Amino acid sequence: MRSPWLLGPLGIIVVLLLWSLISLSGAVDPLFLPSPPAVWQAAATQFQEGILVGDALASIQRVFFGFALSAGLALPLGIAMGSNPLVCRLLEPLLGLIRYMPAPAFIPLLIIYFGLGELPKVLLIFIGTFFFNTLMIMDAVKFVPPELIETALTLGGRGLPILTRVVAPFIAPQVIDAYRINMASAWNLVIVAELVAANEGLGKRISLAQRFLRTDEIFVGLIVIGLIGLLIDLGFRAVLRRSCRWAN
Amino acid sequence: MHLSVNGVSKSFGEGRHAKLVLDDISFSIKSGEFVALVGSSGSGKSTVMRLIAGLERPSAGVIALDGKTVRGPGSDRGMVFQKYSLYPWMTAAQNVAFGMSLQGLTKALVRERTGYFLEVVGLQDSARRLPKELSGGMQQRVAIARALAADPKVVLLDEPFGALDLQIRESMQEFLYQLWQRSGLTALLITHDLEEALLLAQRVHIMAPRPGRIVRTVEADLDRSNLAHLRVSPPFLELREELVNTLRTLDGAAS
Ligand SMILES: Nc1ncnc2c1ncn2[C@@H]1O[C@H](COP(=O)(O)OP(=O)(O)OP(=O)(O)O)[C@@H](O)[C@H]1O
Ligand SMILES: [Mg+2]
Repeated sequence: MRSPWLLGPLGIIVVLLLWSLISLSGAVDPLFLPSPPAVWQAAATQFQEGILVGDALASIQRVFFGFALSAGLALPLGIAMGSNPLVCRLLEPLLGLIRYMPAPAFIPLLIIYFGLGELPKVLLIFIGTFFFNTLMIMDAVKFVPPELIETALTLGGRGLPILTRVVAPFIAPQVIDAYRINMASAWNLVIVAELVAANEGLGKRISLAQRFLRTDEIFVGLIVIGLIGLLIDLGFRAVLRRSCRWAN
Repeated sequence: MHLSVNGVSKSFGEGRHAKLVLDDISFSIKSGEFVALVGSSGSGKSTVMRLIAGLERPSAGVIALDGKTVRGPGSDRGMVFQKYSLYPWMTAAQNVAFGMSLQGLTKALVRERTGYFLEVVGLQDSARRLPKELSGGMQQRVAIARALAADPKVVLLDEPFGALDLQIRESMQEFLYQLWQRSGLTALLITHDLEEALLLAQRVHIMAPRPGRIVRTVEADLDRSNLAHLRVSPPFLELREELVNTLRTLDGAAS
């Protein structure tokens, strides 16, 4: 294959074609499978009414705050666990346990504690990503080659400067990659939270559409969610490529 | 400068599982000397070096630099590892500058000394390259420049050329020897290559394994005006032959 990057768009085009063919053939009731033009029309309408952008911004904002909190706290904690065996022994079993509790199962508790506002949704995203972020950063720190740290010690380095000038740059690519991977769960969770309770947001729009049997709007929601997720992923990859040229 | 290793033993592990790795090692190095430790794999050479560097503590005995007992790592004892020790995200120049900036030298001084030491190792043209863009030999020269730039009293080199091809290794040996002559550095070289030790060091300690100990010390008074000639000169070959036999009997007796 001369240009393998063509394969990705090709797969998408094939699925689009199949979708058009099936809905054109009339084999499936449009109530269940809206045609591509119908979905496009629904998207255009939502866009003109400002709903689409408003929903997307609401969802993105929740993901942003929840994930920023998670990423910001996971970094120091992961570094502490990876570099200090005592901290690691103390916390690893606990985090390992919580990590296996499905984040959506916390929704009822969060609603009881914090009601239906923004806070419980932000916290859900935090709960769903913080433990993975922390454990992945801890692992990255544990695999810093000891020679790099020992060299710094023999060059006159001490604790904190070694953390900030040796450990931090070395783990940067893995940290960015961990964030990229866990961002996918954050994006899933915001939709779950909005399905349960919200005034606006892409997940909220989908559950409203279900109530009125608007499958075209459900399709719009799904596709927009997928596209935004893909963009975020590509964004992380670009940051990784540009900031960690040495690691490629 | 006087580095003394006095009656040093080291065991790893506790109680019944304790393993004696070094048994009563003693030797010393003075300013400007080039000393080598030679021994087969597992004879505890790296452990000696890590003890001197302060990365491990002796189980018994004392290591002292200028009369002060070594209690931890410090910039007065520079170290060059066999491999993987350059910071991969830093350019050659940034690697060389790293120790100096850790020590808080002014930016201007760091820049000046970085240029100087890159030139000393002949890499001024590669200043802005990343380690992965440098050959193995060049990487080790950067590592040596980085160690020297931190202004240590003694440089500890743990098989610095062990990962290089034979040809590059020979040119690096020339390089290190000339560096030592020009800059008057004090060096402790660890190697399992007897030829390398005899070629470069004025004094060679031969170590035997299980437990690691110094079994013989050789003063290698050789004419080093031309290393290529020295490699094939009869006195050199004779001495090497004799010591190879010593090592072989030791290994035979041990296994
Ligand atoms: N941290 C450690 N814990 C337990 N045993 C160790 C440790 N470090 C070294 N040893 C043991 O000490 C012995 C000597 O190791 P050392 O690395 O000093 O040998 P060496 O002479 O440098 O060998 P090589 O030529 O392979 O580098 C080996 O048997 C090794 O397994
Ligand atoms: Mg070794």
